[in-house]
Amino acid sequence: MHREVRNAAAWAGLLTLALGALIVAGSRSLAHFDAALVAYTFASLFAVFGITYRYAIWLQRPPTAVYWRRGFELFLRRGHLGSNLRLLVTRLVSDFGTNAFIWKRDKLRGLTHMLLMWGCVLAAAITFPLVFGWLHFEAMPDRPDWYRPVVFGFATPAFPVRSLVAFLIFHGLVWSAFLVMGGVMLAMRRRMRDEGAAAVQFFAEDMLPLILLFAVSLSGLLLTVSYTWLAGYGYEFLALFHAITVIVTLLWLPFGKLFHVFQRPAQLGVAFYKDVAARSEPASCARCGHAFASRMHVRDLETVEAALGYRYDDPGEVGHYQRICPRCRRALVALAQAALARGPSSRRAALPAPMPSYANPGLGEGPLGSEDRDNFHP
Amino acid sequence: MPVPESHEFFIDPRRCIGCNACVQACTECDTHKGHAMIQLDYVDRGASPQTVPVVCMHCDSPTCAEVCPADAIKRTGDGVVQTARKPRCIGCNNCVLACPFGVPKMSTGMNLMMKCDMCYDRTSIGKKPMCASVCPSQALFFGTREEMARLRPASRVLNVFRFGNQTITTRVNMLVPGQAFVESLDVLSALHEPAAGNDAAENVLLDGMEAPHAG
Repeated sequence: MHREVRNAAAWAGLLTLALGALIVAGSRSLAHFDAALVAYTFASLFAVFGITYRYAIWLQRPPTAVYWRRGFELFLRRGHLGSNLRLLVTRLVSDFGTNAFIWKRDKLRGLTHMLLMWGCVLAAAITFPLVFGWLHFEAMPDRPDWYRPVVFGFATPAFPVRSLVAFLIFHGLVWSAFLVMGGVMLAMRRRMRDEGAAAVQFFAEDMLPLILLFAVSLSGLLLTVSYTWLAGYGYEFLALFHAITVIVTLLWLPFGKLFHVFQRPAQLGVAFYKDVAARSEPASCARCGHAFASRMHVRDLETVEAALGYRYDDPGEVGHYQRICPRCRRALVALAQAALARGPSSRRAALPAPMPSYANPGLGEGPLGSEDRDNFHP
Repeated sequence: MPVPESHEFFIDPRRCIGCNACVQACTECDTHKGHAMIQLDYVDRGASPQTVPVVCMHCDSPTCAEVCPADAIKRTGDGVVQTARKPRCIGCNNCVLACPFGVPKMSTGMNLMMKCDMCYDRTSIGKKPMCASVCPSQALFFGTREEMARLRPASRVLNVFRFGNQTITTRVNMLVPGQAFVESLDVLSALHEPAAGNDAAENVLLDGMEAPHAG
């Protein structure tokens, strides 16, 4: 067995056991664990194992490992912890709380993701504590019309059963289902009407997660409809159907698109990396001499490429192809091709050579933002 | 639907006249709406009219995808390396800096890498990529090898490139002279090549001027 697999399996086993222990502790030795929800619990344990295993394998890939290690290194740098914490909070709010970068891609897309994300977050925040026995409600002995939520065995403030607060809390999954279903419908609309999206989508990667989320939400809503207005008509079938949809979704978590929920926080590490890179010494192109990217990034990439088996090292004067800026790389391919046609030039051009320039950035061919500009020239 | 194996992309920078038609057409592709993914550069604006159109070469072993820490770049079964998958791309810049052809772009606001995906919305239903469909000089051409051989009998196609000690094979072909008996294009061999037209006889404009340098 490869070392990476052993490591990943060990981490996955450890976290699964940790969740098992938390379930026992949080439900006070299973006293508040609902046996009817045991299938959900085992599906969750499997999901934790699968997600951790894939995550650990993923973290051991050379490019991910570099960002992971460097991300923490740069975050914990002495004297920068304060500003790093500020950056962390800012990024958490803008990237995760409000999905600012997705709104910039497209407004409808931003709305779609917000509905899906917050719907799922709300549903998870309610469901998992209930399933694991970490949350239950107790009627107060002296006031039976009041309920007290008990979290992890600790009592929290009680509220009247017939109150707006109770209505909102007890229907939390209904609200989350509405959010998710709205998001799914908008996402489906895009996938059916947008030819670009339709061309590159895969059923398992893009459609299946939407179908699963819709099935979970709809079947959950129908349970509420059944016991609220239909005197429990078809409840047993609906409960079974809902359980199947939830369990399939949980089992699918480590494999499909929904895994991005766990990968996405990596962009926080990237933010610290970029922050440091922007202020550190730039690399100079070995051909045109212009600054591009940071020396740290270029060196890290040389290491990553070597670890991946690429041999971009050069026995000549450049040393490593990575030290050529992207613009000169584009020019070099054409210059090499032209030299094949007319033979090498009789006049060897001195370095640094002029930096290639966009033929017409005004037509939208130029940089796509400040970062793109920094990648290619100072 | 896959891009038909019989249909290939051919690129010949020597024929590029820098008209920008490809750039304009590229913005109309549905997979990256409104943004041109083709890179069109002057090699040496002050001394030569030589321009270079660069599309994604769709490498067999794409460095951009391998160095991606987020598994965001996928190569389809038909050999097309697609633009970063939006849910996964974390905007780290690795692909932009590692691509040996200098193709990907980074959209700062969207925190997203974007690149040419051979107009997959078109090529996967049998149409030509936008850029190749409008290129007036056939510097960019999409079709069969037979068509290419008929149109350019003096040229042959090459899809193996060398960067230092690394050899990369691509789905996109480059046209080279028929008599150039090389098995791969050694890109770094051109390090000291001046832009086409920039030689002693034509350099009257630069006489007496300082040599261009980094500034």
